[in-house]
Amino acid sequence: MKEGYEVVYKRPKTLLDKRMHYCPGCFHATIHKLLMEIVEEMGIQEKTVGVCPVGCSVFAYDYMDIDMQEAAHGRAAAVATAIKRMLPDRYVFSYQGDGDLAAIGTAETIHACNRGEKFTFIFINNGIYGMTGGQMAPTTLEGQKTTTSPYGRNVQKLGMPLKMAEMVSQLAGVAYAERVSCNTPANTRKAKKALKKAFEIQGKGLGTTFIEVASNCPSGWKCTPVESLDWLKNKVYPYFPLGVFKDVPAVKEEV
Amino acid sequence: MGEIKFMKGNEALAEAAIRSGLQGYFGYPITPQSEVVEYLAMQEPNHNYVLIQAESEVASVNMVYGAAAAGARVMTTTSSPGFSLMQEGVSYIACAELPCVFANIVRGGPGLGTIQASQGDYFQAVKGGGHGDYHLIVLAPNSVQEMVDHCRLAFELADKYRNPVMLLSDGSIGQMMEKVVLPEPIPYKPDKPWATTGKTPDRKRNIITSLYIQSEDMEKKNQTIQAKYQEITKNEIRYEKYRVDDAEIIISAFGLTSRICKKVVDLAREEGIKMGLFRPITVWPFPTDQFAEFAAQDRVKFFLSAEMNAGQMVEDIRLSVNGKKPVYFYGRQGGIVPTPEEILNAAKGHLK
Repeated sequence: MKEGYEVVYKRPKTLLDKRMHYCPGCFHATIHKLLMEIVEEMGIQEKTVGVCPVGCSVFAYDYMDIDMQEAAHGRAAAVATAIKRMLPDRYVFSYQGDGDLAAIGTAETIHACNRGEKFTFIFINNGIYGMTGGQMAPTTLEGQKTTTSPYGRNVQKLGMPLKMAEMVSQLAGVAYAERVSCNTPANTRKAKKALKKAFEIQGKGLGTTFIEVASNCPSGWKCTPVESLDWLKNKVYPYFPLGVFKDVPAVKEEV
Repeated sequence: MGEIKFMKGNEALAEAAIRSGLQGYFGYPITPQSEVVEYLAMQEPNHNYVLIQAESEVASVNMVYGAAAAGARVMTTTSSPGFSLMQEGVSYIACAELPCVFANIVRGGPGLGTIQASQGDYFQAVKGGGHGDYHLIVLAPNSVQEMVDHCRLAFELADKYRNPVMLLSDGSIGQMMEKVVLPEPIPYKPDKPWATTGKTPDRKRNIITSLYIQSEDMEKKNQTIQAKYQEITKNEIRYEKYRVDDAEIIISAFGLTSRICKKVVDLAREEGIKMGLFRPITVWPFPTDQFAEFAAQDRVKFFLSAEMNAGQMVEDIRLSVNGKKPVYFYGRQGGIVPTPEEILNAAKGHLK
């Protein structure tokens, strides 16, 4: 450290110093870092167990210096449910993509939320199946082209994209539901705040916490990282608005 | 001497699990198995186990995965269609080498089938069932007492080998009531340094996964598991013999059918036919060498496998006997339990 300088930014110790396999510009890396910053700041490395899904983040355990389990496609919510029930004083999170959480795993997601399982969902919604090469997801936007909707998503045949944060906020078991993004430094800071709040609520045992990240996929969307940010702003946020959909602790405090 | 009770097979299984230190049960109702989760729900206030009636068998098997990987002693039970639903999770559990216990209270299939007892899931139980090369240790109880005894044994074997263990039972044993001696409860203190309980400074992070994306790593993982299966095969084969010492006909059966076949042997002996029963208790690992030894004896004329299916275990007997002696089959399907007389007649039909 040079004299007269101070550290304003560093990698948290809980994030392993490894080259990530994620594509340039992908939010996964950002979210991984935010998450591990929170684990470090809260001093809960010894008490945290993560569950990663089938999808691009299947290797999340390669980067996070915490105990982790890799779940079958769509089943992270069931796996996380059991971990949290067996080890109720631990901080448990599932880290899932949209195909995982909102297509093949919809039942597990809804029922874990409805039971009020006291773990945190981290839902990376990039509107596409990234790992398998850019197929249509339940969250693909109307008219959006993917390898399995080459003429654009036809909502007459396929239905509208699922709004998961809004859906789960209707369930009594959910204590906190927010949609965040990482397209700007300001939004990234808000995302971290939301994640931290979710972990704090989990620590208090108030119910399920659900953080949806309106994320990007430059490779799957066939665009540059910068263009992916424009797509987010112009197409994604209008349909998937950022914001808090449920905040039981805040409501309680108001009362 | 343990406590003596008159219990249903499914309830006895649940009580045995509690007395074996059960910490987590995750299940879904299905006939003829539902009494297990009902019993555990009734007993829940008296014990410390976690009980979740899941939204599906798919969820319950993945809850078993999560809880087992967190170091807990866990079980799920189901019946045939439910176990089919679980197969993906069972394959993951086998690869991740997680100790846990399954019970399949088998009913007649295929499809929705019938709620009556069957042994039609033998192949699914012993050949893998899900994708990839793996085995469960499979115990085939033939009484309510063995539902209890095998339950305790299943938990012990699961921990010993870090391998899922299955009780291959059926709707009759699950539903029938018999006298049963219950074992003393044991406290369970898991010693599982590999479990994901939170990374402490004294160790590296624990990762539970079944993903080995590099072919060389995946082959190595498979070789490790296969070596374990060889060890299990060497140590854990269990069987029962009945009047086989001078037997010229070896009748073979597992589970419920083996009880019927004891009667078959007695009836045959009354008629002067030298018949004996050889009953595999572990259907995986299979007592291959024992069948081969019978086949090598001059006095043994033929084998007959009696099963409540279209002929499944008979294939393993044929592989074991390896063409040295004839191996015949008699079976009933659709939930029909064969009578001793019809099995005896089938055997007599092969006498020259």
